[in-house]
Amino acid sequence: MITVHYFAGIREMTGTHKENFDWAGVTVGQLKERLIQKYPQMQGNSLQFAVNEEYALQTDILSEGDAVALIPPVSGG
Amino acid sequence: MKPFSIVTEPINPQLYADYVLRPEAGAVTLFTGHVREWTKGVQTVFLAYEAYVPMAEKKLAQIGQEIEEQWEGTRAAIAHRIGELQISDIAVVIAVSSPHRKTAYEANEYAIERIKEIVPIWKKEIWNDGEQWIGDQKKKPEGELR
Repeated sequence: MITVHYFAGIREMTGTHKENFDWAGVTVGQLKERLIQKYPQMQGNSLQFAVNEEYALQTDILSEGDAVALIPPVSGG
Repeated sequence: MKPFSIVTEPINPQLYADYVLRPEAGAVTLFTGHVREWTKGVQTVFLAYEAYVPMAEKKLAQIGQEIEEQWEGTRAAIAHRIGELQISDIAVVIAVSSPHRKTAYEANEYAIERIKEIVPIWKKEIWNDGEQWIGDQKKKPEGELR
């Protein structure tokens, strides 16, 4: 199981803080495509991805138990 | 006190200045970032900050480590508050100590720039007639206040 965390505008778009998917073995890029299929409004949003609390590449492969986060442009400070 | 933390309560900056002060320090710079009422002519009623807390704290600690590696003899502490903040509240505090003042100023400014680049924290401006996540270009329809 992969846990996907949503924040800020993405959280409001999905209506939830997190979701679980049975997607171990897919890449971060493939996960993004699957999420866009589920949430077409996500298309066109500028997004980075984190896996287990570190920024990830689209080519990184997800493993069972990974925590993924969708990171829209940050605006701290 | 955690030197790199996301907090939900009001920030006491003195705690962070005290944390970085050491006998070898000749300077401490203490930066506090506050909630501003007016941005480009638009009045903010309040701000709502949200963070991916465990990753944000790791990234704050990473910035502290970058500072200590880049400027010898420095020590840093950083906290960012999340939740609903009112006008003039402290959103972020950065304390840096160093043997000499120039380094303390430079390293402090470096920290706020890095926060805006890599730390997963998001700010929503709430106005009288709407709201918007900053960093997100898609403006919400007016009147969609919670």
